[in-house]
Amino acid sequence: MRSLVAFVGVLLLVHIALLFVHPAPPVPAASGNGLDIGIVFDVGGRGDKSFNDGAYRGGERAEHELGARVHFIEPGEGSDREAGLRLLAAEHMKLVIGVGFIFTDDLTALANEYPNTEFAGVDYALKLDSAGNVVPPPPNLAALKFREEQGSFLVGALAALVGKSKKLGFVGGMDIPLIHKFEAGYRAGVNYVCPDCTVIAQYAGVTPEAFRNPGRGKELALSQYQSGVNVIFHASGSTGLGVFEAARQTGTLAIGVDADQYSEAPGHVLTSMVKGVDAVVFDQIKKVRDGTFHGGVQEYGLAENGVGYIYDAHNRALIPDSVHARVEAIRAGIIAGRIAVPSTR
Amino acid sequence: MSAASSPSALRGRVAEALLPPLVALLVSIVAGDLLILAVGQSPGAVYRLMLEGTWGNAYGFGQVLYKTTTLVCTGLAVAVGLRAGLFNIGAEGQLAAGGLGAALVGLALPAGTTALLAVPLCTVAALAGGGIVGYVPGVLRARWGAHEVITTIMLNFVVLAFLSWLLSGRLRVPETLHTNAIRAGALPRLSAWWAPFHGSASNASLIIVLAAAASTSWYLFHTSRGYELRAVGLQPDAAESGGVSVGKTWIRALTISGALAGLGGINFVLGYEHYYEEGFATGAGFLGIAVALVGRSNPFGVVLAALFFATLSQGGLAINALVPKQMVDALQGVVILAMAASVPEVRRLLTLRRGAK
Repeated sequence: MRSLVAFVGVLLLVHIALLFVHPAPPVPAASGNGLDIGIVFDVGGRGDKSFNDGAYRGGERAEHELGARVHFIEPGEGSDREAGLRLLAAEHMKLVIGVGFIFTDDLTALANEYPNTEFAGVDYALKLDSAGNVVPPPPNLAALKFREEQGSFLVGALAALVGKSKKLGFVGGMDIPLIHKFEAGYRAGVNYVCPDCTVIAQYAGVTPEAFRNPGRGKELALSQYQSGVNVIFHASGSTGLGVFEAARQTGTLAIGVDADQYSEAPGHVLTSMVKGVDAVVFDQIKKVRDGTFHGGVQEYGLAENGVGYIYDAHNRALIPDSVHARVEAIRAGIIAGRIAVPSTR
Repeated sequence: MSAASSPSALRGRVAEALLPPLVALLVSIVAGDLLILAVGQSPGAVYRLMLEGTWGNAYGFGQVLYKTTTLVCTGLAVAVGLRAGLFNIGAEGQLAAGGLGAALVGLALPAGTTALLAVPLCTVAALAGGGIVGYVPGVLRARWGAHEVITTIMLNFVVLAFLSWLLSGRLRVPETLHTNAIRAGALPRLSAWWAPFHGSASNASLIIVLAAAASTSWYLFHTSRGYELRAVGLQPDAAESGGVSVGKTWIRALTISGALAGLGGINFVLGYEHYYEEGFATGAGFLGIAVALVGRSNPFGVVLAALFFATLSQGGLAINALVPKQMVDALQGVVILAMAASVPEVRRLLTLRRGAK
């Protein structure tokens, strides 16, 4: 018993001593006059090598290039999303960003409650009222949307030009309108360069699990490759890892999504349809600094570098120069408005 | 025992009860110091921020109370199981089922139904939702001897997948992961009574849940059914020969356990968002095991332990700007290990092992 009491004493002393250790100069509290930005990730989002990590990179870049001080919060459970946004809004951030469509309701409520703070939602889902009209977001809330169909159109054209087959594949994650946008653009892109080509489109499921099911992704991809498909575009989160595995096994090609996924299966990733979450986050922070921030729906397409496809030293060998030139011409056509890209199936 | 020796005996017993958890707490705090130093921050600053963000302001404290509410339920669920000698690892699924039960009844009621009617109905639905999920492993154990550790953890997957399927079919509002909002009466937020709580999710379900904790305590320690339950937990064979039906007691215990976990669903569904959202309390079911262990399977201990883990969780969010979330997760692990090692049963087990060698 006495030794236990002594142990308590020692622990207490160690703790008190450690309290006074300052390994780094203490971070000054948010002052309110600097460029203080808050970003809240989705539950378990950091480390996804895609969406949330993209927002993180955008924030980091703003720290380096704009002198912003970015506060990142990673929620632990559902109610932490709102709590994270609230903590940041209460600390007088200039801009509070929620990463992912799941923040839609919380952002809307908070933007109304804190009219003097700017908010932004990446992939904000617009609400329809009972008459079917879009409910506009509050004036201090930027609803950031991507024109995924435009990027998908380009990779569709690229797939059809490189594929050497009249059949192209698409593997979607959850069967929802957001992913249908990818499919619609991809289909249109394929048919733009090859009117008699067909696209086999399949979805991994109807629940959010469909974005986290590599086994199902591999199954779908293998059956598509066996039916004569040479290139598959996936828009399915980590389910796509199974698609890459199937491409590696069968010696065929797959197209990544959201971020450059070349490293998942080097030599078998034709390209990736990237969403420039980092560029969009950086752009919004820059707008806050320049005083040009405004709420409302803002769509990022090819013209704004919100979407695009990867063409670099890794995959140059897979894409002939003539094909690249053709795809670039199509890109210019879309930006100029000469080519219309559908966003629904 | 002579009158002269009883004060010192009492002091000895108090020390025996208080010292181990105190040591565990200090070990965790020092481990926290080291973890904080490892990420290059000052322990003093981080702990201060943690306290400020939880007990230091009304909003933070409200959030702590909100998280406490769910954890009390899952902690009670595990505790009741442990009292009956059963290890219920299915609180995660039971909690979700309770939440959906409350939401379904709430959605079925006409808009504007008075809260006096709607809240009891939804609460019963939450209890039933969790209770059904708890009943199944109870029957499996009593009839066929299927071990509840396996069946409850497996049922988590079945239940969560089933709820996910239900939601994705019809119940879900497009482009979200939740149902429509309940328009019948629901529970008021605590901020309705005390304005400084404004914005925090804490709500009147806390009162219902505390009442449930008190009832559980009364049931376990002041009723004959509760006595039977504890007797089965301590020594099933002796209880059986004493005239207690072990199988029925197991079924009853796991059903109550599931119902208590399900009750946690009203915190989010009736008190906070007024809809069921997929994954609304991910992890709270598993954390309930730690809560029950640290609370020593005593309902009042569970309430205190829930408050402690809720503080840790909300504090982790408050210090997120300085240290990564993984550090808080690691700290939580250290707390659970240290606390578990200080629980008498665990220590007895450890010394037994050592003695046997």
